[in-house]
Amino acid sequence: MSFGQIGYDLAHLLGGGVLLLSFVLLYQRRIGALINAFAMQGTLLALAAAWAAHAQGAPGLHLTAALTLAAKGVLIPLALHATVRRLDLHRAVETALGIGPSLVAGVGLVALAILVVLPATEGARALAREDLALALSVVLLGMLMMITRRNAISQVVGLLSLENGLILAAIGVAGMPLVVELSAAALVLMIALVAAVFAFQIRERFDTLDTASLEEHRGERR
Amino acid sequence: MAFLGALLAQALHLALILAAAPVLTGLVRWLKARMMGRRGPSPLQPLRDLAKLLRKRPLLAENASPVSRAMPYVAAGAVVAAAALVPSFARGMALAPLADLLLVAGLLALGRVAMALAGMDAGTPFGGLGAAREMSFAALAEPALVVAALSLAILAGTTNFDGIAAAFRDGGLGLRVSLGFALAALLAVALAENARIPVDNPATHLELTMVHEAMILEASGRHLALWDYAAMLRLALWLSLLAAVFLPFGQAPAGAAPHLWALGLLAWVAKMAGLALALAAFESAIAKMRVFRVPEFLGAALLLGLLGAVLLFVSTGLA
Amino acid sequence: MLTLLALLAVLLLALGAAAPLLARRAGRARAAFGATAAAGLLIAAAGLAGLLGGPAALDLPLGPPWGPMRLALDGLSAWFLLPLGLVSAAASLFALGGVRAPMAPRRLLPWPAFLAGMLLTVLAADGFTLLLGFEAMSLASWALVAHEHAAAENRRAGRIYLGFAGFGGLCLVLALGLSAGGAGDVAFAALREAPPEGWRAAAVLGLVLAGAGSKAGLFPLHVWLPLAHPAAPSHVSAAMSGAMTKVALYVLARFLFDLMGPAQPFWLGAPLIALGAASAVIGALRANLEEDSKTLLACSTIENVGLIAIGLGLALAFRGADLPALAALAAGAALLHVLNHAMFKTLLFLAAGEVLHGALSRRLDRLGGLIHRMPWTAWAALVGVAAAASLPPLSGFASEWLLLQALLAAWRVGDLAFQIGVAAATALAALAAALAAAAMVRFWGLVFLGRPRSPRAAGAEESGGAARLALLLPAGLTVLLGLAPGVMLALAAPALRLMAGAAAPSAGGLVVGAAEGGARYWPLPVALLAAAAIGGLWWLVRRRAPAGVARGPAWDCGFIAPPAHLPFGDPATQPSAAGFAQPLRRMLGESLLAAQEHVAMPPPGATAPAVLRAGFADPALAALEGPLPRWREALASRAERLRDLSIRQNLGLTFAAVVLLLALLAALEAG
Repeated sequence: MSFGQIGYDLAHLLGGGVLLLSFVLLYQRRIGALINAFAMQGTLLALAAAWAAHAQGAPGLHLTAALTLAAKGVLIPLALHATVRRLDLHRAVETALGIGPSLVAGVGLVALAILVVLPATEGARALAREDLALALSVVLLGMLMMITRRNAISQVVGLLSLENGLILAAIGVAGMPLVVELSAAALVLMIALVAAVFAFQIRERFDTLDTASLEEHRGERR
Repeated sequence: MAFLGALLAQALHLALILAAAPVLTGLVRWLKARMMGRRGPSPLQPLRDLAKLLRKRPLLAENASPVSRAMPYVAAGAVVAAAALVPSFARGMALAPLADLLLVAGLLALGRVAMALAGMDAGTPFGGLGAAREMSFAALAEPALVVAALSLAILAGTTNFDGIAAAFRDGGLGLRVSLGFALAALLAVALAENARIPVDNPATHLELTMVHEAMILEASGRHLALWDYAAMLRLALWLSLLAAVFLPFGQAPAGAAPHLWALGLLAWVAKMAGLALALAAFESAIAKMRVFRVPEFLGAALLLGLLGAVLLFVSTGLA
Repeated sequence: MLTLLALLAVLLLALGAAAPLLARRAGRARAAFGATAAAGLLIAAAGLAGLLGGPAALDLPLGPPWGPMRLALDGLSAWFLLPLGLVSAAASLFALGGVRAPMAPRRLLPWPAFLAGMLLTVLAADGFTLLLGFEAMSLASWALVAHEHAAAENRRAGRIYLGFAGFGGLCLVLALGLSAGGAGDVAFAALREAPPEGWRAAAVLGLVLAGAGSKAGLFPLHVWLPLAHPAAPSHVSAAMSGAMTKVALYVLARFLFDLMGPAQPFWLGAPLIALGAASAVIGALRANLEEDSKTLLACSTIENVGLIAIGLGLALAFRGADLPALAALAAGAALLHVLNHAMFKTLLFLAAGEVLHGALSRRLDRLGGLIHRMPWTAWAALVGVAAAASLPPLSGFASEWLLLQALLAAWRVGDLAFQIGVAAATALAALAAALAAAAMVRFWGLVFLGRPRSPRAAGAEESGGAARLALLLPAGLTVLLGLAPGVMLALAAPALRLMAGAAAPSAGGLVVGAAEGGARYWPLPVALLAAAAIGGLWWLVRRRAPAGVARGPAWDCGFIAPPAHLPFGDPATQPSAAGFAQPLRRMLGESLLAAQEHVAMPPPGATAPAVLRAGFADPALAALEGPLPRWREALASRAERLRDLSIRQNLGLTFAAVVLLLALLAALEAG
């Protein structure tokens, strides 16, 4: 398979779209737009899974696609929107590292992921290697988002987009068992639930979701 | 014989783009008005505005130097020269060997510097404000253009317009992600260079939103006609550039017969109309962003272009 | 030819020695400067002859105990004689025009010695002569930089300059020692026989970058440049920027392309590309924020030296990757930019010198509206500004175009990490070029356009005669070099063959090209096209529109009437230097140069005005003045802070560990 064939192109496009949306997540300043962009990333991921199911002839991936669409595309964003409305949160995303430097760090991480994955996967199919490099980039960008945002909701979104990257990697490799995906999805759903409860508790006690304020209540003052 | 054909194509192209520029701007304004629920001025209104301005005598400040009198011609001439180079309905025009993406960027930079200097000439604060902001936006838009040119140069092997168009039509490049990223970067650069929303508001004369308008605040009469015409021509040039690079179907190949030119002409008109509609829709849907968010926007475009180039290295290494 | 040049060097030294006698009368001082101008033209002519003829060598009858001093003239040194000679001629002519009274000997004595030192460095064919010329050049220019030692900032500039000069010389000594190895013979012929390998090559590269790079102005050893240039007289600043930095780049090129042999690996060019890109961006950004015209031009020199370094690094990488045509392209871009930058930077510095003489100030906030009072200077400076901003069809655009084409082709080297690095360098080089255009618009607009900001600027007069000629000659050359880069590249063929092993691709008279089947740049047709467009528009508008203009007072945005002593308007109604720089200061200065704007408000009830202070700090300079104690303190307090980390920072530590391990993995796989 090479460029010019529709299968390769479409898979490439969808994977690149998921990566582009990771960058869009880093660029956002408002929580509403952030959650919407995350929903779009989930939808695109579901489309990629559906296309991979069609191209690889693995009907199990259709289930993955449906699951991703339901969870990441619809349910979790709705839950996050509801949380934001119920807790009446500040609608801006406070950043620890500016938007510009975050984007530059993002490009650096993508380059790092490519430099690691390509030499390590000599001899595999071209599509699989590129998918793996894209997926690792999405994982790293999710991690970057978690550590450069102060707001708990945006940190949760970062964790969830990290899991999107793991799903993208799983789709690219042919023959991945479904069990792993289901358990991973369940695990992440539970984490999301816990995070929501945690956020609610923080908000109840301290009237803010800025995790920096937690430092004042640790053992010794700095 | 072939050279005569190329010369004729070049002359037709120049006449076409010089005449179509005001109509294109008028079309964009009319479409935006319709989308906002107004009737809007006729698409031919810019031509009447230019004719009106040409009839008037300019008023210059007492301390304005010959710079204010010369720079309108320099800027408009540079944009005309650049417009002569970007192909529209046919490839293989007489000036095609000169037509290089970096050269067109250089000629547009010449126009921009002329406008900035004319803005600073009278010594008024708005002129300096507009000039400072324009040059700083350009400082971020130019690298985005060069990095998008990097992606195109890797795929086509050259930065010449005819070479790029030929590679895209016949090279079997497919729908690459890198091209999508390069397109996004070039769109951001086009918005910044033409002073459209969200970078600058082309329809206002209020201080806080002015970048382009601030620099030509002092101009009047035939000088203002030249500045306005240069802006219209620049918009037509950018839309034509985007169409020539990313929508190359319909362009008549080099040395083609005149009936293929007619086909190319129809295709070009359709592409321009489509792009004008897209621009009007985009400007009506988005609000102008704060001045100090523009560098984030342009920086994101630059990084997107860089990402496209990096992904291209990956695929040229593999495929 | 070589004997002529050697005699010329001796004559220049003699002229310097006779300075105490010559400086007593203005006429004799003028004759001395006229002699150095003639010497400069002779040097340029010799360079041309060296390019057209063949290589030559000469052993001098004197020298150190281990062997005679050797001189040689090959393609590379002949090319660098061109900017050296032309800049010396223009600067000497300007100095001639500036002599109005008997001058102090300490201003006249070092000038011919400076030129002789540079000449000796370029002609040297063994290490001793190279170092002798290099140190003579440094010492003579230091004497000229420190000539006005009454002001404290000039003394500081002289101190820092001397420190860097000594450091550079020491690094070059070490580099020569490492190259010579055990044999101890530092003649270039002997060094070529035994090129260094592996770690020795990397060490020599590092030392040469530190030594010659600091003299040229490469980041992070560039901090002396913006301090020394304002302190020196104008013709000396022009010679330092136009000629001395080029001689330092010549030493760099000689080591990397000639003495280290042709078989070096391609990654040897990577540090040069990285440092060049960093210099280019920092120099251009600083040029946008500086408020002194000569400091601004010095920062612009740093930017252009960075671009030349990128070209040299690319040529080295292409040569190591066995792509001789592309290596010739990159080397051609670098050599052409050497000549072009020498010309337009000299022009700009001499124009700044004219302005300093006429309006008595270098500060941008005290100038303005000088286009009315000093038209010749203004229009000549406009040519230099347009070339520095890389606008077609002038010389700056030609070399910038070639450099960008070389960068756009750099991915052919093949190594993925190198490709990614070079893509980033492309973005940075384009950013630097656009920032340079912004800086030049700011410079020319604030100095020459608008209204005068001080009474002295309102009454400025320009000097005619030799000073005007010294401005017009580089301006004319800038235009000519812009229209005929193909001719210059064809002339540079011997140098390119030495550096890259091939001549520049498709270099004809009228065209420069990127590669076989690649893009072309035709400067003369482009100039004709632009001129035709402008002329056609002018004719059309003339036919349609009524002629003439009406005049009225400039709108000053509603300020109150200016006081009686400022008939040309209050300077506060015009953009100031810091005000014009505000967008870039906020966009890029805050992250790269620690720029900040601070408003000091008076307490409530006080009638004093609030003060807005805007400033920045070059990170390299801040690191130089007081690094070690601060590092020790910082390390200790950092270690303390590890105890109290927040949740996010703990996550960050984990993340950093993951990234570090991945990077280690990548490095191990690539190696």
